[in-house]
Amino acid sequence: MALRVLIGCKRVIDYAVRVRVKPDKTGVVTDGVKHSMNPFDEIAVEEAVRMREKKIASEVIAISCGPAQSQETIRTALAMGADKGIHVEIPNADMSVFQPIHVAKILAAVAKKEKIDLIIVGKQAIDDDANQTAQMTAALLDWPQATFASKIEKAGDDLAVTREIDGGLEDVKVKIPAVISADLRLNEPRYATLPNIMKAKKKPVQKLSPKDLGVDISSRIKVISVEDPPTRQAGIKVDDVDSLVAKLKEKALI
Amino acid sequence: MLPVNDNPTGRYLRDCKVGEIGAGTSKIRRVLIGRALNEEYSKYFGWGFFAGFIELFGSTPARMFAIRNCALRRVATVIGNRSISSSSSCCGQHYHVDDTIFGLTPEQRHLRDVVFSFAQKELAPHADRIDKENVFKEMRSFYKKMGELGFLGITADPEFGGTGGTYFDHCIIMEEISRASASIGLSYGAHSNLCVNQINKNGTTAQKEKYLPRLCSGEHMGALAMSEPGSGSDVVSMKTKAEKKGDYYILNGSKFWITNGPDADVFIIYAKTNPTAEKPQHGVTAFLVEKGTPGFTTSPKLDKFGMRGSNTCELVFDNCKVPQENILGGLNKGIYVLFSGLDLERLVLAAGPVGIMQACCDTAFDYAHTRKQFDTKIGHFQLMQGKLADMYTTLSACRSYLYSVARACDAGSKTVNKDCAGVILYCAEAATQVALQAIQTLGGNGYINDYPTGRYLRDAKLYEIGAGTSEIRRLVIGRSLNKEYAD
Repeated sequence: MALRVLIGCKRVIDYAVRVRVKPDKTGVVTDGVKHSMNPFDEIAVEEAVRMREKKIASEVIAISCGPAQSQETIRTALAMGADKGIHVEIPNADMSVFQPIHVAKILAAVAKKEKIDLIIVGKQAIDDDANQTAQMTAALLDWPQATFASKIEKAGDDLAVTREIDGGLEDVKVKIPAVISADLRLNEPRYATLPNIMKAKKKPVQKLSPKDLGVDISSRIKVISVEDPPTRQAGIKVDDVDSLVAKLKEKALI
Repeated sequence: MLPVNDNPTGRYLRDCKVGEIGAGTSKIRRVLIGRALNEEYSKYFGWGFFAGFIELFGSTPARMFAIRNCALRRVATVIGNRSISSSSSCCGQHYHVDDTIFGLTPEQRHLRDVVFSFAQKELAPHADRIDKENVFKEMRSFYKKMGELGFLGITADPEFGGTGGTYFDHCIIMEEISRASASIGLSYGAHSNLCVNQINKNGTTAQKEKYLPRLCSGEHMGALAMSEPGSGSDVVSMKTKAEKKGDYYILNGSKFWITNGPDADVFIIYAKTNPTAEKPQHGVTAFLVEKGTPGFTTSPKLDKFGMRGSNTCELVFDNCKVPQENILGGLNKGIYVLFSGLDLERLVLAAGPVGIMQACCDTAFDYAHTRKQFDTKIGHFQLMQGKLADMYTTLSACRSYLYSVARACDAGSKTVNKDCAGVILYCAEAATQVALQAIQTLGGNGYINDYPTGRYLRDAKLYEIGAGTSEIRRLVIGRSLNKEYAD
C-alpha cells in the first residue's frame, strides 16, 4: 500500500543572514530579511519526493504554518516535487509566541483529516532549534516515532530507519502510521528546475486557519526580552606548551 | 562671454541643481544609504547569536537561552552539504538581493534562489583557480549540471530539449552565474544565447532536432563567430567566404576572438556568399559548422587580460566543406540572423556586468564592515559610506534598467533596439567603475590577487569591448535617436 506522506516545511530566516535583535528587544529583525525553507525540512521534502518516485508514497503533501509568505515556502516544496500544499495561516503578530506544541497539534489534526500514513519533518528548525515538533506530534497521535533519521527503507509493511545517535547509528523498525524526523545525512536535496517552478504555481494549496482544525494557538508564554549574548572576550597568548597546559589545568579543562 | 539664456537648457540645469541640495543634500543621501548598509552589517557577524528571555506563564520565571551556537555548527555542516562553501579568504558573505524592489514574481525569485545556491556551491569555489590557470577543468561536467537544471536551453523550445523560459529568466541565470564567476558566465552567455537561442529562432526543424537537444543537455558546447582580425565593429566588411560547389559550400577565411572557440562542438559562422552584392550586408549567410569538419581548425587559445577560463581563440577555415542544409536562416539572409539576435545578445550579456557588480558589493561591503582602522570599521567613515552608497545605487539602477528591458523583450516590444544597446553600455561601464571602487575599498588588499576584486575589474572590462564596444553601442543609440527625428 502506497503511503500518504505529510511533510512539515517551516519558513525561517535564511541560514546565511546575519540575525539582528530589534532595538526594542521584542524579537529579531525580519523585515526585508531573506527567508527560506528550514534546511532540515528541505531534506524531509526530498525524502518524501524520492519515496513517491519509488512508488512507496502515493501522495506528498507539504504543510507550513506561518504568515502569508509561508506560501512561498510551500511553493518551494511543490517545485521540488510535492503534490499539494496546505497553508495554515498564523498572523504575523502571533508568530513570536507560536510554539512547537501548536505546530504538533496542527500536524496531528491534519494527519487525521487527510488520512496520512507518514509524517516527515526536519529534526529541528534553524531559528529556534527546539527539536520538539516530531516528538510531540507522535505523542499526540500515539504513533511510533523515529527521530534523526539518516536512512529510511521499506521493510515489508514497516519502515526500517537508521537513526543518528550520540554513540553512532541505531537501526529501528517502525510500524505505519509513524512520525519521522530528518537528520542532515538523510539525502542531498535537489535543485528545483524552472519548468518545475512553473508547474508548482499550478499545484493546489489549501488555506486553513488553526480554528478550522480545532487547534487553540493562544500563547502560553510571553516574550519579555530578546537580547544579544555577551560579546566574546579577547583571549590571551601563552608563551609555550607548559604554560598552556598550566592554564588549562587552572581552568579545570583537562 | 557668458552662455546665452535664449534656450531653456540653462534653466534646466539651474533648476535641477536644487535636486542635489533640497530634500537632503547628495552627501546626506549617501550617508543615509551608507548608514543603512552599516546597520545591516551591524554588531553580530555571521550567525547572529541571540538569546531570548522567556517567562513561562504560571510557572517559575525561567530564563531560556535560545543559543544559536549549536545551530551554527549544524548549519555549517548543512552548508558543506548543500550550499555555500566559503572557500575564499574574504567573500564568504553575500549581500542579499532584495527582489521585492525589482518586482520579481515569486517564480523568478525562486529561480534566483536556485541559481544562486547552485552557482555558489558548484562554481564560486573554483572561480579564483579558473582565473589563475586560465582553464576550467571541470567545464564539461559543469555544463552537464547546468543542462540538467535547464539553464542551457533556457529560451529554447521544450520540444527540442529546451526549457521554454523567458529572456528575463535568462538574465537572472546569467547574472547569478556571473556573480560566481564572470568568465564562466560569459561562456554560458555565448553558448545559451548566441548559439542556442539563434538556432532556436532561425533554425529549420531538422536543424533544431539535430543540434538543440545536445546543446541543451550540456553534452555539446556552442559558439558564434562574427568578428575577424580585420572586421570587428565593422562586421559587414568580413572576408570569410563561402562558395557553392554542388550541394556544399566551401568556407575560406578566419574568425577572431571567438568565445568558446577551443571548446565548442557547434559553431554559427557568418561568411560572405555574395561578395558582389549591391549592399554588402545582403551577401552574408550564417552556417552551422561542426567541430571536426575537414578544413576547420582552431588556433591555440588566447592569453587574455580577464575572463580567463572562458576560452577564446581564432577559427581557421581552409577549404572547409559545409553541406548546404547547414545554412541557418536562409541564403544571403545572414545579416537578419545577426542583427535580430544582437539585441537579445546585448540584453542577456548585460546581466554579466550586473552579476559582477553584485560580486563587488558582496566582497566590498563585507570587507568594509570587518576591517578596522582607528578602531572603527572602515565602512562607518563617511567617505567610505559614500563609496558604498554609490556602488549600491549604481548596481540597483543598472539592475532596474536591465529588468525593465528584459520585460519589454519578453512582451515582444519591437522598439528595444536602442535600449538593448543602452542597457549593456550603461551596465558595462558601470561595472568597471564599481570594480575599481571595490578595489579601493579593500585598499592594499584590493591590489593583491589573494582577493577577488582584481579579477572583478579585469572581467568587467571585457563587457566594454566584447559583443560590441561602448563606442558602437553609443553609435547604435545615436542612430536610433536620429531616426526618430528623421525628416
